[in-house]
Amino acid sequence: MTFGLQLFQFILSGLTTGSTYALIAIGFSLIHNATGIVNFAQGEFVMLGGMFMITFHSLLKLPMLPSFFLTVLSVAAIGLLLEFGPIRRAKSKEILILVMITVGASISIKGLSMILFGKNPMTLPPFSGETPLILFGAAIMPQSIWIFGITVSIVLALNYFLKKTTTGKAMRAVAASRRSAMLTGIPVDRMILLSFTFSGALGAVAGMIITPITTTSYDVGVILGLKGFSAAILGGYGSMPGAVIGGLLLGVFESLGAGLISSEYKDAVAFLILLTILFLKPSGIMGKGRLRRV
Amino acid sequence: MPEKGFQQNQTILETREITMRFGGLEALNALSFCIAPHQIVSVIGPNGAGKTTLLNAITGVYSPNSGEILFRGMPISGLKPFQITARGINRTFQQVQLFSNMTVLENVMVGMHPRTKSGFWDGLFHFASERREEKKIREKAETLLDSFGLLPKAYWMSAHVSIADQKRLEIARAMAGEPELLLLDEPVAGLNIRETEAMGDLIIKLKQTGQTIILVEHNMHLVMGISDWVIVLHHGAKIGEGRPEEMQKDSRVMEAYLGT
Amino acid sequence: MGKKNKIYLLAYALIIFLVPAIWKNNYHLMVLNIAALNIVVVIGLNLLMGFAGQISLGHAAFFGLGAYLSAIFTATFGFPLWPTIILAMVITGMVAYAIGIPTLKLEGHYLVMATLGFNVIIYILMIQLDGVTGGPSGFPGIPRLQVGGFVFDSDRKIYYLLWTISVGTLLLSLNLIHSRVGRAMAALSHNEIAARCAGIDTESYKVKVFVISAVLASLAGSCYAHYITFVSPGTFSFFYSIQVVTMVLIGGIGSLWGSVLGAILLTILPEILHAVKEYNVLIYGIILMVVLIFFPQGLFPVVAGIFRKRKEEARSGMELVPRKGP
Repeated sequence: MTFGLQLFQFILSGLTTGSTYALIAIGFSLIHNATGIVNFAQGEFVMLGGMFMITFHSLLKLPMLPSFFLTVLSVAAIGLLLEFGPIRRAKSKEILILVMITVGASISIKGLSMILFGKNPMTLPPFSGETPLILFGAAIMPQSIWIFGITVSIVLALNYFLKKTTTGKAMRAVAASRRSAMLTGIPVDRMILLSFTFSGALGAVAGMIITPITTTSYDVGVILGLKGFSAAILGGYGSMPGAVIGGLLLGVFESLGAGLISSEYKDAVAFLILLTILFLKPSGIMGKGRLRRV
Repeated sequence: MPEKGFQQNQTILETREITMRFGGLEALNALSFCIAPHQIVSVIGPNGAGKTTLLNAITGVYSPNSGEILFRGMPISGLKPFQITARGINRTFQQVQLFSNMTVLENVMVGMHPRTKSGFWDGLFHFASERREEKKIREKAETLLDSFGLLPKAYWMSAHVSIADQKRLEIARAMAGEPELLLLDEPVAGLNIRETEAMGDLIIKLKQTGQTIILVEHNMHLVMGISDWVIVLHHGAKIGEGRPEEMQKDSRVMEAYLGT
Repeated sequence: MGKKNKIYLLAYALIIFLVPAIWKNNYHLMVLNIAALNIVVVIGLNLLMGFAGQISLGHAAFFGLGAYLSAIFTATFGFPLWPTIILAMVITGMVAYAIGIPTLKLEGHYLVMATLGFNVIIYILMIQLDGVTGGPSGFPGIPRLQVGGFVFDSDRKIYYLLWTISVGTLLLSLNLIHSRVGRAMAALSHNEIAARCAGIDTESYKVKVFVISAVLASLAGSCYAHYITFVSPGTFSFFYSIQVVTMVLIGGIGSLWGSVLGAILLTILPEILHAVKEYNVLIYGIILMVVLIFFPQGLFPVVAGIFRKRKEEARSGMELVPRKGP
């Protein structure tokens, strides 16, 4: 294989995992924009996406499409419950406390998963078989095509939702200024609830599409969440296109790092990038660049 | 420009053409003036005239986009707030900014920070020199509180005293830093008539102990009553300055307050 | 630090040092020893969170740096024990300085993200640099703690040493809080702009406090390494960073006595939860959420509040110790 082809292969595989990171990063951004909270349970939503899909499809033998929708609904419901319950009931509205509550939620979800699903890794069959397609001499798994396709569809759909629908615009209003949104009659609490619900759904999708490639287990949530978070920072925290770009770039860097340098340090790539960005341009790639001197 | 009667060596604070821009908005527009020492100088003007921005620029919270600020002849624009405080300028805020997690006494003790020097090691091990300094700090703070009439409430949590007391406390904290120039941002906002008069007396008393005071205020009665000099701002520029009686009759000033 | 604090400190020290005389179970003593070390880390972290208003999600890395540096220098290179521990503290302090300087200048919670990233990278290095660190299977054969010729080779003997260090850290920190520097830090954590205008160099203090918190974690880490005589990367993962932040919050952010409470409670809790086997993670998470939802100020202020009679008055606002008022 020529070097160029190898490179292409790495990039393709990087874009695949990167799409997952992008979806996770968008989940983080949605909640952060609406509330200022970093939702540490985001990674667990991804894990649950894989787990529920396995339960519905592999265990309960439901067909693919219904399983898909059931999974998305279930995890979205969990996201909703997280906001409706612990977050809203919290006596303190301080960001740190709320963030640590999401940490508690993440630990609880992980603990529950451990009980329900056991500790062993599990996997899903790829959506349409395992025969790789050949594109310009490089091999692509059909699953990757699904991943790209689904990710692009979601990003486009979300973009349309946020820009063209009333509810979407309301969500953006809350993100821009909660006070003004409240004053113009927007039901801020409901928008926040919606952001959590969407994040749950996004996490679920991310989990489902990547599990056939990477397998899943009760404890993958933490590292996936952290990487998605890094991707969000890389792209510019709070920016939707930034989350997508950040996710894809992170996936590609990781893949190139693993392929060209060393696969053992693959996980470190995400965090090296995070530190580098923080020291160079903390607002991220698409961020406003407003570095207020403290 | 320096007015008749002020000479260069008698100027404690001078601004030269300072401009402050926020986005497209010009909050301060080539503003120049001089302040003579041991005076109460009031800065007045309609809302949005740039008064608080001016105080922020002087204390280093903002850095002017252009122009110079000189304190006792030395440039201070671009210095950090804590450095400017160390040089002898201290301030209060429009919305009282106390340390509500501390008692009244502790707030004043914090104010003494730039004039004291115990560091981390001294704090950790409580050396004799540190203990002596702590005792001195406590005594000076109590004396200061006493002169402000706040000693009985020394151990109250600062958030629990009345607004009038909180404003006095903020001034006491500022005075603890032993400044030469004191900037007061709307010290009587929210006070009743009796409290306002008491505050006016306090400010005059401070002037008599040698302070130079820049007073930003909307309360014209107070301004005209205690000021030695008045500077009028409008849209970030100086539209007049002079003795209070002169400014009261100045047509440009009236236009600024009453006009469009 | 005030008379009351001195009395409480004395009572606390007395109780602590009487425990081994009464308690014979060595396993329990070991748990308490770990608690002593956690107290040191948590106090440092609380200084950062409660008094400098910053959060670190990477303190496991500093704890780990102390542990591994100590292990490597003494076991691999044969350096003497106590100078190594100090050297580890210095190195960790310098690393913290390098991280703190750029991130603490910025508005917003960049330190959190930086420390998070740092933690994961250090963890990966611990696993991958197996020539130096022993890799995932860990680093055995670390020399025990000793003073002079006296080797601390039992849980019971080490108890006194570790708790001396722990109580000493509390003592020094209480001193610090009630000093000029402590006031400056409390001011800056509460109202940074007012603190700056009052003459406090907030940037410098934030960095210094961050370094101190890292150095304390390193000290605890070194002691841990020389106590257990074996370290492995699993102990120093992101999860431990979360645990210590939780200990701060559960005890009460800004309250040093709260840190003691939080550290002891959350060190003992997992041991109790072992009894429920696979439910332990779930229950831990639920307890965490419940305390944070209903007691965001932490548990210690609840305890202290029961004793305080007049709410407006306090000898000092900054340290929550039960008071009756002047």
